[in-house]
Amino acid sequence: MEEQLSVDHLLGIKYLTKQDIELIFHTADSFKEVINRPIKKVPTLRDVTIANIFFENSTRTKLSFELAEKRLSADVVNFSSSSSSVTKGETLIDTVNNILAMKVDMVVMRHAFPGAALFLSKNVNAKIINAGDGAHEHPTQALLDAYSIREKYGNVKGKNIVIVGDILHSRVALSNIFCLNKLGAKVKVCGPPTLIPKFISDLGVEVVYDLKEALNWCDVAMMLRIQLERQDEKYFPSIREYAMRYGLDLKVLDGLKKKITIMHPGPINRGVEITSDVADSEHSIILNQVENGVAIRMAVIYLLAAKINR
Amino acid sequence: MKNERVLLKGLKFQLTIQRLCHQLIENHQDFSETAIIGLQPRGVFLAERIVKELQSILKNSDLDKGNMDITFYRDDFRRREKPLVPSKTDIEFSIENKKVVLIDDVLYTGRTIRAGLDAMLAFGRPKKVECLVLIDRRFSRQLPIQPDYVGKKIDSVAEEKVIVSWKEKEGEDKVILYTEK
Repeated sequence: MEEQLSVDHLLGIKYLTKQDIELIFHTADSFKEVINRPIKKVPTLRDVTIANIFFENSTRTKLSFELAEKRLSADVVNFSSSSSSVTKGETLIDTVNNILAMKVDMVVMRHAFPGAALFLSKNVNAKIINAGDGAHEHPTQALLDAYSIREKYGNVKGKNIVIVGDILHSRVALSNIFCLNKLGAKVKVCGPPTLIPKFISDLGVEVVYDLKEALNWCDVAMMLRIQLERQDEKYFPSIREYAMRYGLDLKVLDGLKKKITIMHPGPINRGVEITSDVADSEHSIILNQVENGVAIRMAVIYLLAAKINR
Repeated sequence: MKNERVLLKGLKFQLTIQRLCHQLIENHQDFSETAIIGLQPRGVFLAERIVKELQSILKNSDLDKGNMDITFYRDDFRRREKPLVPSKTDIEFSIENKKVVLIDDVLYTGRTIRAGLDAMLAFGRPKKVECLVLIDRRFSRQLPIQPDYVGKKIDSVAEEKVIVSWKEKEGEDKVILYTEK
């Protein structure tokens, strides 16, 4: 087992090696035990300050990062763009440098522009964790998804995984494709042709347009939300038609040849990509994903904090 | 070039473990109020051996025994080159009001035991805590920590290392002192 990450920032799964991912998982195993104790806190990062900077809305990711930081005993400052001076015309570098001037060691950032985290890592002196940059990457989500699959099946290697829905606008899909490929899983994507990016097969995934065919092939199905906020034109006739062709309900699930596992990164649009009875069924590990999210983020923060030099 | 010297092995090693067990029994009788905790990564082998020996002496297999990892409680995080990869913690019982015996293979600076005392508090407030080690490198403590049960006391300098190997792991029970030249 490698003892440290090969990277100084977590900008995307693209930059990680398989060994990095395995080290994160191994560390997360210990943190998962910690967060299930009566006292869910360790004193490791007492001298580290972390800023959570969110230029886009978030509930799960922001809460999960904040809890992870607090359970490592780090000091936390939160910042969201709607209530800040960004609306007064301050640039991203200026905003972040001002925060860093208050002695912050690490920045967790979500931004609507792809590459925002990479840009920041080149221009400011802090460890950067990408919590989602536009339709590019969302590395901690992919890590917790793969970790949840590993927890359920013991291993990710050789598993068949299908990602269903709005692949074109999804940073979760891209990060997951990188992550699952590196861990040796077989990945297919499924959705309406207009929501599948051209040349996606170059990333080593297969495209299927028929949901039933995809589900019959897979062990795990990741259902994604339609990202209406990123869609500047109509990609399909109506939400109702999408739900009929690509929505997952209990009838489809029960008609399959074998039992499969259902995942969803959230937020769920119940009745669109997944019905309530499926989301709440025994097939679903959606809430396990959320629990694992805290352990994975603790592991990532812990391993990057070791690289802070003052 | 390795310059090594054997401190304990064979029958002497076995007798040392048995003696530690009898010392424990003097203070803990039937162990109903006692929890035994081995410190990861190397203290767990000694804890395992002690518990096995106690079970055969006491004819009682119902001992509270756990392993504890102290990585996240260390005081040298970010002061060393690499972060520390954690090991597994499994303590399936509460230590509230119990007498706890912390077990490690070698006591050197005392910093691991310090971290262990901290880590233990996440599992309850013990009535009493004792420390058992196989090897005590005396006169090299950096903190005011002393063991209650000692297999063997040795005098050593900072350049020397003490390695305890176990039959289960390395194929032989022995303790060596070595310097790398």
